[in-house]
Amino acid sequence: MAAPQPINVEDLNIYYSDFLAVEGVDVQIRPRSVTALIGPSGCGKSTFLRTLNRMHEVIPGAYATGKVEINGENIYDPRVDPVNVRRRVGMVFQKANPFPTMSIRDNVLAGVKLNNRRISRSAADDLAERALKGANLWNEVKDRLDKPGMGLSGGQQQRLCIARTIAVEPEVVLMDEPCSALDPISTLAIEDLIHELKQEYTIVIVTHNMQQASRVSDRTGFFNIAGTGKPGHLIEIDDTDTIFTNPTNKQTEDYISGRFG
Amino acid sequence: MSTTDLESESPTAQPASMRTSGRRVGDSIFSYLSIGSGVLIFLTLAAVAVFLTTESMPAIIASQEFSGTAEFSLIETALPLIYGTVLASAIALVIAIPISIGIALFISHFAPRRLASGLGYMIDLLAAVPSVVYGLWGGIWLVPKLEPLYVFLNTYLGWIPLFAGDPSAPMRNLASASVVLAVMVLPIITAVSREVFLQTPLLQEEAALALGATRWETIKTVVLPFGRGGVVAASMLGLGRALGETMAVLMILAPGATFSLHILEVGRHNSIAANIASKQAEASGVDMSLLVFTGLVLFVLTFIINAIARWIVARSGPKS
Repeated sequence: MAAPQPINVEDLNIYYSDFLAVEGVDVQIRPRSVTALIGPSGCGKSTFLRTLNRMHEVIPGAYATGKVEINGENIYDPRVDPVNVRRRVGMVFQKANPFPTMSIRDNVLAGVKLNNRRISRSAADDLAERALKGANLWNEVKDRLDKPGMGLSGGQQQRLCIARTIAVEPEVVLMDEPCSALDPISTLAIEDLIHELKQEYTIVIVTHNMQQASRVSDRTGFFNIAGTGKPGHLIEIDDTDTIFTNPTNKQTEDYISGRFG
Repeated sequence: MSTTDLESESPTAQPASMRTSGRRVGDSIFSYLSIGSGVLIFLTLAAVAVFLTTESMPAIIASQEFSGTAEFSLIETALPLIYGTVLASAIALVIAIPISIGIALFISHFAPRRLASGLGYMIDLLAAVPSVVYGLWGGIWLVPKLEPLYVFLNTYLGWIPLFAGDPSAPMRNLASASVVLAVMVLPIITAVSREVFLQTPLLQEEAALALGATRWETIKTVVLPFGRGGVVAASMLGLGRALGETMAVLMILAPGATFSLHILEVGRHNSIAANIASKQAEASGVDMSLLVFTGLVLFVLTFIINAIARWIVARSGPKS
């Protein structure tokens, strides 16, 4: 496999119809590391995250202008099919969303079956096991792979969603507040998992929890808005230690020291 | 409600009792009214059932007296009608269900919002057209238009029993009646399916999209499984309407009383409802009783269909 390249974002403007939600993002996201995005509610960090796999435009009227290069290819090139982008850039959502009609096994294999239809039974079993092990879920579910995915606990469901995401072997995994609906123990399990996943994947995680950002990430970006109705900006991004101990920008310092937000 | 200021409270003042001296009048009236409405609908249904049963008794008794003779047989009269009714409704559903699902998916997932709402409105309008209008339209306009199609089916697909036989114009056959029935049940199936598809959780659809599903794959993996119960229930509602439809069938179908599979042949089939409507004005005595008996059969049939529909809806409802 070729050496992984950073994600290059240049002059990205993100819109909901006429409303400019996030303005002028320029950033490089390092490969095989964890980048956390923090900021107050409504600052556009989730919106920005969703432009990295072109999920943003799923909302009617939503679009983005600018450049996002993944592996040297601009995913906003008109010739690029967003479906192919999403097969290489996986996403984990705020609430666990396993497919309710599918078994645990079928949930893990759902993406694979979309991408290449033909997969032998044994290859599928191997893949399901690998993905579930990769998501630290195998030991808990190996005896009930044919049971519905909805029967798992919230934390297990979220790890099932992570297994489903990594089963298609993406290059990047986006996580949109993956622990916000989980209890502390399940949160810890996911955070441990994130540490392991960064060996193989580039991870971008949006979180409301600054302790979580400092625990899991190598780099942290801070988003902020000047006020309601104004576009969000990426204020600064730096090594996580630097952001939390010695931020350059006054706004960042105010936010992490709890003066607002 | 009155509150007492704590500081100015005199030691002798008692707080107002929270007990009431009986039920509030408005509540009682409303409660009786709504209970009454509930009981009324139950009584109506019971009255219809009792009427159908008692009035069809003479035919049932007569049938037993004459059993074995060719002059009068309950079964021989009723069965072809049941057969015709069920066959026409089944064909109508086979035509209507795929089209309805297609329209519903188009409205819920493909059409731009303005077009979708306009189309939804049109579908609802289609449901409001009286069946006698469909009968006129079907009998005068549609039947001649369908003739080339029937000739084609009969010539090239005649080896399929359904299209076999000897169709002759005017094509007032079961197929024409089924096509018009399909148009009539289409709105209800579409409307219910659309509502169900629209309720697919966005989070589920995004899960599929984020895995790299195309729009069709998203519908296949998320929307259709989610809406399956609703579509089945909608189809059952449509079936209920098709079974009981009278006017359109009466105005289109040239009646017959056989168990023929040849839906293109004229004068082979009839439906219970159309048969009752065409004969009840002149019928009397045991003939009338026989008509009522077929009505009872229809009543039970639609009752069962609705029960099945409800059962499916309940079973496929949101799981906790």
